[in-house]
Amino acid sequence: MVTLHLAVALNDAGWHPAAWRAPDARPAELFSPGYWADLVAEAERGLLDFVTLEDALGQQSAAFHRPDDRTDQVRGGLDAVLVAARVAPLTSRIGLVPTTNVTHTEPFHVAIGIATLDHAARGRAGWRPQIASRAADARHFGRRTTPQLTDEDVLSEERIAARLRPLFAEAADVVEVARRLWDSWEDDAEIRDTATGRFVDRAKLHAVDFEGPLFSVRGPSITPRSPQGQPLVASLAHASTPYEFAARASDLVFVTPDDPADARRILAEVDTAVRTAGRDLAARPLKRFADLVVLLDDTEAEAVARKDRLDTLAGAELASDAHIFTGTPAALADLLLDWRPLGFDGFRLRPAALPHDLEAITRALVPELRRRGAFRTAYTETTLRGHLGLTRPVSRYARV
Amino acid sequence: MKQVHLAVQLPAIHNVTVWSDPRSESQISIDSFIRLAQAAERGKFDFFFLAEGLRLREHKGEVYDLDVVGRPENLTVLAALAAVTDRLGLAGTVNATFNEPYEVARRLASLDLLSGGRAAWNVVTSYDAFTGENFRRGGFLDEADRYTRAAEFLRTARELWDSWAEGDVLADAASGHFVREGAGRFAHRGRHFDIEGRFTTPRGPQGHPVVIQAGESDAGREFAASDADVIFSKYSRLEEARPFYADVKSRLAKYGRTHGQLKIMPTATAIVADTDEEAVAYADEITRAQVSPQTAIAHLEGVWGRDLSGYDPDGPLPDVDPEPESLVLKGHSVFRKGREETARRWRKLADERGLSIRELMIEVHGGQTFVGSPRTVADAIDHYVQSDGADGFVLVPHLTPGGLDEVVDRVVPLLQEKGVFREEYTGTTLREHLGLGAPTSPEETS
Ligand SMILES: Cc1cc2nc3c(=O)[nH]c(=O)nc-3n(C[C@H](O)[C@H](O)[C@H](O)COP(=O)(O)O)c2cc1C
Repeated sequence: MVTLHLAVALNDAGWHPAAWRAPDARPAELFSPGYWADLVAEAERGLLDFVTLEDALGQQSAAFHRPDDRTDQVRGGLDAVLVAARVAPLTSRIGLVPTTNVTHTEPFHVAIGIATLDHAARGRAGWRPQIASRAADARHFGRRTTPQLTDEDVLSEERIAARLRPLFAEAADVVEVARRLWDSWEDDAEIRDTATGRFVDRAKLHAVDFEGPLFSVRGPSITPRSPQGQPLVASLAHASTPYEFAARASDLVFVTPDDPADARRILAEVDTAVRTAGRDLAARPLKRFADLVVLLDDTEAEAVARKDRLDTLAGAELASDAHIFTGTPAALADLLLDWRPLGFDGFRLRPAALPHDLEAITRALVPELRRRGAFRTAYTETTLRGHLGLTRPVSRYARV
Repeated sequence: MKQVHLAVQLPAIHNVTVWSDPRSESQISIDSFIRLAQAAERGKFDFFFLAEGLRLREHKGEVYDLDVVGRPENLTVLAALAAVTDRLGLAGTVNATFNEPYEVARRLASLDLLSGGRAAWNVVTSYDAFTGENFRRGGFLDEADRYTRAAEFLRTARELWDSWAEGDVLADAASGHFVREGAGRFAHRGRHFDIEGRFTTPRGPQGHPVVIQAGESDAGREFAASDADVIFSKYSRLEEARPFYADVKSRLAKYGRTHGQLKIMPTATAIVADTDEEAVAYADEITRAQVSPQTAIAHLEGVWGRDLSGYDPDGPLPDVDPEPESLVLKGHSVFRKGREETARRWRKLADERGLSIRELMIEVHGGQTFVGSPRTVADAIDHYVQSDGADGFVLVPHLTPGGLDEVVDRVVPLLQEKGVFREEYTGTTLREHLGLGAPTSPEETS
């Protein structure tokens, strides 16, 4: 019997734009710590592998490529790394994977922020580096411009990716710098040698000396190596360029298949990207998760009716880059176990409405999977890498 | 009677921490931060402070290895501490030279929301090209420009915090209005920043996080007088502190501000034992651990600008002259400028008093602010504040994480008895602890 990994993607009041108007939503609390702490605690009670926390440098928008002026949907958000840190002491096992942009933020700052989250969470940090694709976001910084996607561009994932290719190349450099900085302290750099008066052995602290076309970073990090050594890097990918990015930079990739045939096609593309990147999967595994938006209720009719109500409130039918599943937890369990053998290590479920669909995952889907022998009954590891069966990498700078 | 304000700093990277003491635990484990922060909250302190340094210091071209090395990204740690404390203010340094206002304003507003109104930002301007090598833009900023950038940076951050008004989050499910129209819209056009768009983060409970400044130059003092809520200093001797206090407070009037609107808090150490004699002996022992023979030589090299490893720390000062142009200690602001003059002063002091290298370094770089029995220390802190040397202190314990316990358990009750320190928090936000009013809109200075 195969088991699978499960994550949830937390976003505002859920992934349905009208979710904040659902009867059990807590829209006035989206900017308070208690809201996030409760959600993550619920995910941990379900023994999920990790939660992801969305973030962006601009306000949410119904349009992919530019801001809008709507006031009928959630607008506004908190820094995801800080939210993750705020909930870290209140949880003990679940992985915490915030999103950060890597287009405008200094690589050094991001790298030490994620390393610090790993220290604060005692080895449970991940990171989802994301490019800032909206040209308007660049105006928040005023340092550079980024490509403005046209209305035509956004009709195709491939066209988006092609236009944003330079940003992905730069993002790969940012991840490379972060990884070098995370390794720049060997594990045993701190020696506290009273005889010589030395706190550290400086032979175990390394310059990273990164020189890229857009930036350079000297190093070493100011933050000692974190519990996981390398926090888990995860990325979302919909097209060839982001598959290449994942193949180069990520430990885990989220993809968005519509059905099994689409899943096979996507996984084959990921395989090709891995080969092109010359990545040795035995040495550096790449976990594959499929993303699904989920609306879950005791009966399919209830789930459909709830979706209809939300669609009506939103004034439009729910649309997503990911497949939308509307039905019962048992039917979702069937789907996950169907798709799992196609080559997925696990799934990231995006609850359409919070806390409703999260609770359906932790309280109905998880027990259902467990009944079928497909999900853990207790955490056996304490780190995020541990949950996923990934080992703790040795610093690249360590002399063996 | 003036009320005393107290804060604690978890020390990193300078020689305050006696890491060789068996009671000294991890400088990086979250447990250490939690333990110290909870001690401070038990003592009803105003805030917990974490400094920042963005490049490891170097000594003769290699990482400086004698002091504690390594620290976390401070706002991330402070967000975690918000979960395990209730009232304690959470202050972190964020450099205005190696950051952008949009991002810093966003992170601080987030911290303020995540902590229920306890965030503070120490705006510093350290600018050297050495640190700049870790950043996209490098260390381009001219010394003269760093405070103009910092002032505009802060002004811009305040515009961003003001881009959401209180009550802009409507969250009205019945009517379907989540935000008020235009929430977060901003545009700033200035010399250093030309930006516009929509800010993501609603206004935090404090409106604006508390703003701290820690520069000493004339420009730094002016910046504090016009724009900060708290100023740090290193003047921990009363005779140096009083002129600094008078000078900084005298600058407030021209910005239409009153004395109470800027709190002056020097960093200080407090060594407490049962009796004054025991405390003096303990302080001496701590100071000798802080200024080891190796540290004494390294600091001397910092000023002399040359290799002095051949000299005996217990012997006299070197007979060679300093090389004021060469920098053997990089990333230490103390050794940045005025080194020829420092060397002259040190030589004179050593000659007059017949001090060895290490004794001299203990004299100039060691030393504790408050030493004595709990009663002596409480009286000294109170006297210092009442005689306008400070409004309070940032205590820097020499042990991590247990180094604040003696002060909390034995000194704080005596200050409370005197009626100069709170017995309970009366407010929930850091602004309230510091007796600061609601934020004023940014002054059009410069
Ligand atoms: C108590 C105190 C704390 C400071 N903390 C920091 C810090 O955390 N990070 C930093 O880069 N500089 C720090 N500084 C340095 C100053 O903020 C300032 O950047 C430097 O002194 C240069 O400014 P000035 O020329 O106005 O003095 C601190 C200074 C003092 C006195």
